[in-house]
Amino acid sequence: MRLTSEEADWLAGSAGKAHQLAMRLLVAAGEATGASTFVPIEFAHINSCHYSGQLSVDFAEYLLAEGATLAVPTHTNASLIDQHCPDLRPMERFTTEVAGAQRLMEIYEELGCSAMWSCAPYQEHAGRPEFGQQIVGSESNAVSFFNSALGARTNKYGDMLDISAAVVGRVPLSGLHTDAGRLATHEVAVELDDAVIDDPMLPHLLGILIGQTVGTSIPVISGMGRVDEDGVKAMAAAAATSGGVEMFHIAGVTPEAPTLHDALGGRPARERTTVDSDALQTVRSQLSARSSGPVDAICLGTPHFSITEFAALQSALDGRPISPTVTMLVTTSRAVLAELQLRGWDTSLTESGVQIVLDTCTYYPPRASGVQGTVMTNSAKWAYYAPGMLDVHVAFGRLADCVESAVRGEVTVAGDWDAL
Amino acid sequence: MTTSISGRILHAGSVTAPVLVLDEALSMWGGLDPKTGRILDQQHPQAGMIVAGSIVAMPGSRGSSGTPGVLGESLRNSVGPVGLILTKPDVNLIAGAIVAEALYGCSCPVTLVSSEVLKTLRTGQHVTLGDYDEARREQ
Repeated sequence: MRLTSEEADWLAGSAGKAHQLAMRLLVAAGEATGASTFVPIEFAHINSCHYSGQLSVDFAEYLLAEGATLAVPTHTNASLIDQHCPDLRPMERFTTEVAGAQRLMEIYEELGCSAMWSCAPYQEHAGRPEFGQQIVGSESNAVSFFNSALGARTNKYGDMLDISAAVVGRVPLSGLHTDAGRLATHEVAVELDDAVIDDPMLPHLLGILIGQTVGTSIPVISGMGRVDEDGVKAMAAAAATSGGVEMFHIAGVTPEAPTLHDALGGRPARERTTVDSDALQTVRSQLSARSSGPVDAICLGTPHFSITEFAALQSALDGRPISPTVTMLVTTSRAVLAELQLRGWDTSLTESGVQIVLDTCTYYPPRASGVQGTVMTNSAKWAYYAPGMLDVHVAFGRLADCVESAVRGEVTVAGDWDAL
Repeated sequence: MTTSISGRILHAGSVTAPVLVLDEALSMWGGLDPKTGRILDQQHPQAGMIVAGSIVAMPGSRGSSGTPGVLGESLRNSVGPVGLILTKPDVNLIAGAIVAEALYGCSCPVTLVSSEVLKTLRTGQHVTLGDYDEARREQ
């Protein structure tokens, strides 16, 4: 890499040991990816604050002890724990993990991060970068959402690289930070009836299918003229889960794809795949091990529930209590909770028996209290990870299906299974 | 009988150890137990094998945000690979190796080779990774 004299000095240790280690990580990353220079960033959303073992704490302690400072506004991804709800992952059972997670939360706040603790930072103003901004993202759905829905520019940065970039305020100029690196190479052509296009399950199933189809390439989806922000979020999460997609275009919808031609940069697609309802059915069967029988828990909010999703939940519940045999957990951010409180919805949801969980997610191990047996979700990401990580049986359905199942205590899926 | 391998050095260091050749890229996060060094991913062809003490050679990469932490944690626990041979640069593996060295003094050199070189490697074969510019083969 060609370093400026300032960058070379940092690498030599002029700005302290934390800055130097951050530079070493970033220069190694730049050399590995063939970048020749750094580019300044304006925003970071980091995952290093998520406890992943003693190393994650030791690294953070090192930054703190060596006086690291942040060069850009830096927001925290979800933690392992909900500080407001210690029973979710009790300290007595998971001492090392919970103590580690608590310490990490303290350190990253002390380093100057904004305490967002959310995997969907873009659902609040401060966490929503602007079109064209060079930024750093880490959590896979957020990276894909930043790139795809907002047109902000980031590669997916792993733990320690993300906070290093926030300390240094720059990243190697490569991949999705460049114009050429953002063009689609694959076309996924959606050929579906309007009723299926409007089915809230579609973005989830389509996201999984896209990830399976394109792996880590950049696809453009054609034939899908409308999808709302919650839908784009679901697609981003699902495609990053099954494949590692860091950016996708939806022709006529996302900001860098006014047309199919624009998304592809005028080149023909390297591969073109057609999606029909049979393909979606296959994904649906892969995600759902149960379509009837008792349900023990409902997990919503992967990624963190938005205010519009809460509105849909409110309306589907309509004040009814959920079954006493069911645990219903909805994960969201502090900012969305504040909005719920303003509207008084938190009270009615709590009265119905819904538990609102902050700062964390229910698919991470160790298993959150009440998440056991048969668990229903409307999130393809949750459904994809949970069987392996939590040893539960998953029923996948729409938000409305999850609500009916919660009220009845039985897995309930509306409509003809084969209709989709 | 040791085969001395060099390719592009992604993280410096030198080590001689038996190689463990993986048939597919391993995602460290969820795929490797950093407490035991065992390959946990049940879909992986080498599921159940232990990476501790071996130079792990694998095609491609399946990086995730959790990769640096898991690799670094396995090195901290002395059950991680003692070196990595990759056919595709993986910034997260490099980050894990650099941080484990900076914090704990653990060495895990990372070298990039061609797929052709990877194909010549056999599990159990002794391999040396060092800071050479060209491959040197001893029989």
